[in-house]
Order: sequence, then C-alpha cells, then structure tokens
Amino acid sequence: MVVYGVALLSFCMLAGVFLGQLLGYLLGIDANVGGIGIAMLLLIFIANKKSMAIKIDASTKSGINFWNAMYIPIVVAMAAKQNVLAAISGGWMALTAGVLVVVLSFIAVPILHKLSKSKEH
Amino acid sequence: MIDIFNNTLISNSIITAFLFIGVVTYFSYWISKNLTGGLIHGSAIAIVLGLVLAYIGGLLEGGTKGLADIPIFAGVGILGGAMFRDFAIVATAFGVDIRNLKEAGFIGSVSIVFGVVFSFLIGALVALSFGYTDAISITTIGAGAATYIVGPVTGTALSASTEVIALSVAVGLIKSILVMIMTPFIAPIIKLDNPYSAMIFGGLMGTTSGVAGGLAATNPKLVPYGAMTATFYTGVGCLLAPSVLFLLVDFFI
Repeated sequence: MVVYGVALLSFCMLAGVFLGQLLGYLLGIDANVGGIGIAMLLLIFIANKKSMAIKIDASTKSGINFWNAMYIPIVVAMAAKQNVLAAISGGWMALTAGVLVVVLSFIAVPILHKLSKSKEH
Repeated sequence: MIDIFNNTLISNSIITAFLFIGVVTYFSYWISKNLTGGLIHGSAIAIVLGLVLAYIGGLLEGGTKGLADIPIFAGVGILGGAMFRDFAIVATAFGVDIRNLKEAGFIGSVSIVFGVVFSFLIGALVALSFGYTDAISITTIGAGAATYIVGPVTGTALSASTEVIALSVAVGLIKSILVMIMTPFIAPIIKLDNPYSAMIFGGLMGTTSGVAGGLAATNPKLVPYGAMTATFYTGVGCLLAPSVLFLLVDFFI
C-alpha cells in the first residue's frame, strides 16, 4: 500500500533526525549532526535488504517515489522563502566573502576529485 | 468578495502553495522552451524565479521568510521549509546505488572536513581584509562562510555582537543562493556529472539548500549523493568553528 512507503520514509527521517540530534548532544553542540544523511543511509539499507520483514512492492514504492518527484517543486518553494533581501543588504564584505567561497569551492571540486583518484592508482 | 477569496487561500495555505508552485514551474518550463530554446533548464529558471519572488516578498513585508511572509503565500514557507525539504531529500535516496556510495564514501567524508576548514579560512581572511581584528568576529564571519546556520551558532557560542552575527548569516545566504544559481552552469566545467564528484561537491559546498537547489537544476539523479555529504556539513561546522577553528584564529591574532 502507498501509505507503507510514506510511513517507511517517515520512520527513516524521524530515526535519522533523532540520532543526529543525539550525536550533537553527545558532542556537546546545539546542532543536528548528519541526521538527514543517517536517514538516507537507513532508507538505502532497508530498500536493499532482501530478507527484510517489510516487502517493498510496487504500490509501497510509489509512496516513496511521489516524494522523490516532489523534490524539485519543494526546492522551488525553498528558493521562494529564502531571505534574499538580507543576503543582498549584507554589504560588500558579505558579498565578497560569499562569492569567493563559492568560486574557490567550485574550483576545489575537480582538484579533490583528481587527488583522490590518483591516490587509488 | 475579495476577503472571501483571500481567506480561502490563507486557510488552505499548503494547498495554495501546491497550486502556486505548479504555476511557477509551468511558467518556468515555458520560458525554458520558448525563450531559451531549452538551453537553460526549466528547474534552474524556476529556482531563480523563486529567489526573485523571495526578494520581492522581502521588500513588501520586510520579514525574513521571503515570499512566505505574505499571508496568502504562507504555505510556500511550509512546503519549502526544512521539514518537507528534508523529507524529499530522504526520498531521493531510494534510487541510490550502494556501490557508488561505498566508492566515494571516504573522499566524501574527507571533503566535508576539508570543505568546512576551507570555507572558514576564506571567510576569516575576507573579514580580516575588511578590517576586523578581534578573534570572535573573524571566527563568526568565517563560520558564516561555511553555512548560514554555522555562523549564528558559532557567534552565539562565542557571544559575538548581533551585527557580526547578522553579517555571518548574510555571507551564508549569499553562498547558498550563488550555489543554487551557478551550479547548473559550472557543472560541465568542473565535471560534476557523476555520483563520485557529486559527493565531493556536497562536502565542499555544505549548504544543504544550495546543494539541493543547484543539483536539482543540474541533474536530479545526483541529488542524493550531494545531499548525503552536505547534510553532515553543518553539524561538522558547528563542531569545529567555535572550538578548534576559534582557538586557531585566537592563536594567530
């Protein structure tokens, strides 16, 4: 049933966020450490486990895939609720720092990629 | 009449948001097809359009949630808030290939730590060059260059001034917005077309919103890989910035 997929997704997210918050607490910081990443790993683990009690049939899948497909619309809504005004009114220093960080990080992507690949060979 | 109309939209806010986002998306894909000949992807246009609307919303209402501060668009704030965003991000993991994840797992983790320190240093150096001389302000602005959450968390922990905290949020917001807009155009140049580099990209950029938006407009198949590392970044940033990185700045100042 479709709701099983949605419920499975909800379970993974809540478990991940809880563990992330707990991890943050144990490290003594007021932040969630990788909760969503943990949730993703949990879903991948469950989805790939053949001997799982929960069988993921086609209709269960469609419950997950609906939210997968809603990803881009949600991101558009996310863009529409950003505090763009505050970003722009941050002045030259904020702009300089923001632009430099993004440009240099873009440049670092292929460099890190190359370094990691050359180490393997 | 107009009151009844407004009330209908306001009291069904999320439904209004579904319709609204549908219309924005349709309009964006229309622009993509008819005005750019498909050169710029529809979702990239939709995201930029969203940011423009957020700016207009900010001008009209003076709030912090962009378009969502306008009462009839309050639902956009819920739909685009962290809860639904994270829910959809988790759903994207359903299509992930474990082999890709294992292959890039190590470099992905390295890129998170490297990304936090790298962004922090750039932010700190810019703060220094703009005349900030106290370790707390430099650290807070450096933390803002990681993400707009790391900035205020660090600033509050170190009791930085409210102006500096606001500035660190602005740096993080600019980063996030630029990553959203620029990624689809930069992706071919930096070979961001496979799960392996998507994980490095997520770890280096770290802004979940930026990575989520940028990859959505580049290739939705890469989203889970980038998001996987990006969602760990803010936590690592909140861990390192007020502690090790602050001590480092304090040592050199």
